[in-house]
Amino acid sequence: MSQLEEILRPPEKDLPPYPAKYIVLASGEKMVIRQARREEVPILLPDVAALTTVERDYYDIVAARAYAELLGWLRYRVRDEYCLVGLIDGVLVGLVNGRSLSGKVGVSFHTIAMKRGLRVGAHLFAAKMEYHIEYLNQSEVYIVAESPIGFRRWMIEYGLEKRPQVHHELGGVMSWSLTRDLYFASKERLVVGERPLPEDLIEKSKVITPVEEDMLIKQVTGRIRQAES
Amino acid sequence: MRDVYVIGAGMTKFGRAGDWTLIDVLEYAAVQALKDASLKEKIDSVFVANMGGGILNHLSGVGSAMVDRLCLLPASAETVENGPASGGSAVKIGAMAVGSGAVDTALVIGGEVMRSVTGWEATDFVATLSHPEAEYIYGVTLPSLAGMFARLYMEKYGITSEHLAMVAIKNHQNAMKNPNAHIQQPVSMEGLLHRPEAVVNNPYVAEPLRMFDCCPVSDGAAAVVLCSREIAEKSGGPMVRIAGFGQATDTHAVHERKDPTDLTAVRLAAGQAFEMAGLKPGDVDVAELHDAFTILEIAESEEAGFFEKGTGHIALEKGETGPGGRLPINVSGGLKARGHPVGATGVAQIVEIAWQLGGKAGERQLDDPRVGFTCNFGGFGNNVLCFVLARED
Repeated sequence: MSQLEEILRPPEKDLPPYPAKYIVLASGEKMVIRQARREEVPILLPDVAALTTVERDYYDIVAARAYAELLGWLRYRVRDEYCLVGLIDGVLVGLVNGRSLSGKVGVSFHTIAMKRGLRVGAHLFAAKMEYHIEYLNQSEVYIVAESPIGFRRWMIEYGLEKRPQVHHELGGVMSWSLTRDLYFASKERLVVGERPLPEDLIEKSKVITPVEEDMLIKQVTGRIRQAES
Repeated sequence: MRDVYVIGAGMTKFGRAGDWTLIDVLEYAAVQALKDASLKEKIDSVFVANMGGGILNHLSGVGSAMVDRLCLLPASAETVENGPASGGSAVKIGAMAVGSGAVDTALVIGGEVMRSVTGWEATDFVATLSHPEAEYIYGVTLPSLAGMFARLYMEKYGITSEHLAMVAIKNHQNAMKNPNAHIQQPVSMEGLLHRPEAVVNNPYVAEPLRMFDCCPVSDGAAAVVLCSREIAEKSGGPMVRIAGFGQATDTHAVHERKDPTDLTAVRLAAGQAFEMAGLKPGDVDVAELHDAFTILEIAESEEAGFFEKGTGHIALEKGETGPGGRLPINVSGGLKARGHPVGATGVAQIVEIAWQLGGKAGERQLDDPRVGFTCNFGGFGNNVLCFVLARED
């Protein structure tokens, strides 16, 4: 590593691992949630990039920012970042990311559901909070929402506390906070899943298979326009 | 009244209109129906069912707009607003216009673009049909009315959450074969109720109703072309006749009903439709019921006369209302999975039955159905329209 690169690169620290779990969705499908490795980021980026053109429900801004965050992690420009992925039979159905701001405080970045109608985003966000509070053992997580869906899911469902004095890294609006008390008060109704993964799910979720772009856009937009025959 | 036939049917995919306007979705469905009809005669009248154009889309005079957009000038044009029963009302008025001899051809279109506003706003918009002083101001919404109804109905007749989930599972499965369905996603009893994850997968919306007991908020449109026998015979297509229709009303405020678990307007409207058709519930081969909430499919199947009161859930449990059962209900996926753009629904039900009777239902086609039934449930049962359609050979 060059001397300049050493200056540009934040100090590297291994975060405690997030133990993979699986969740049976409303469809009966099993979604594995596991930690993505830095070297897997190039597999994730094309799907995230495809969503930067989707205006619906602020997917464009969320995807554009998540792309930059993931790229920053891949290229060693963001400190203490992590990413959790949701996989059904190895196929990517969503991801969440964030970082550890300090030992005791975490920052939630983004939540992207690539398959909709099955509460994939809700499950992934809950897993992210579980990671911060139970595995990173942090006292609180700073959170903002860019979409009304996010606001309903996080601020309202978890009853987050306002943190007007905190400037969240995503900028703009006031930050909110999930404290340990709030997390444990909500855990029973919002955080689910089973561990350890059975052998077959370990095998199926070893490799992340990206979603084909057309399918991804269809899953996310659900547009009614039909091609004329 | 002379006989009235459905010679053309069409619809958009239900779901999200995206950059399409209300007029765009109505136009698409109308063009599909007109193509299907291959009509040589001009359209005399256009009836457009729409509940929320003024509130949700800042658009009034939808009927007038459509007749121009479709280049059908100088056909007469009306907009029909009757809450979630607008579609059924428009089909009834169209059928009466043709049946009376006032016109020979009528185009009936129903449509809604509801996802232009937030879910909260859409729920509030639909709630405006409740009683303004006795219900709405106290926060009553349609899911809350359905929740109270479901609680009473379940206690009275021994219906369980599993029965409600069975309706959802069946209709989601049916929608997998309907390319126009809003939700094409199978669901399972395990994921909806039996796993610990169900608490997140399927949370309560209005207890005892959970998320998957409620229909989605949808955009979309459906259309039918109605005509006289003479014109239908010339068309050369399947002869699907509107054999009977009925309409009945009930109290605006649900609590004023003698027994809130009785859907009296459904019973009366269905009775009128069967009487006009000269048929009985036992003659029906396929039915489209207004399952805005899963409990309603069960209750309407009883009030329409298909099953004894309090036994609809048992028929469901036995698979009698599934695609291979004695009376397949909501083969389209119903409101639950095909979707519920409120103004479109009553028309979409007629479209599905016309396709089924005409052998045009694609992958979900039933084996030679001859008589179909629809129930379009307005308000919380305060304005209901039922239709009996029959195929003639």
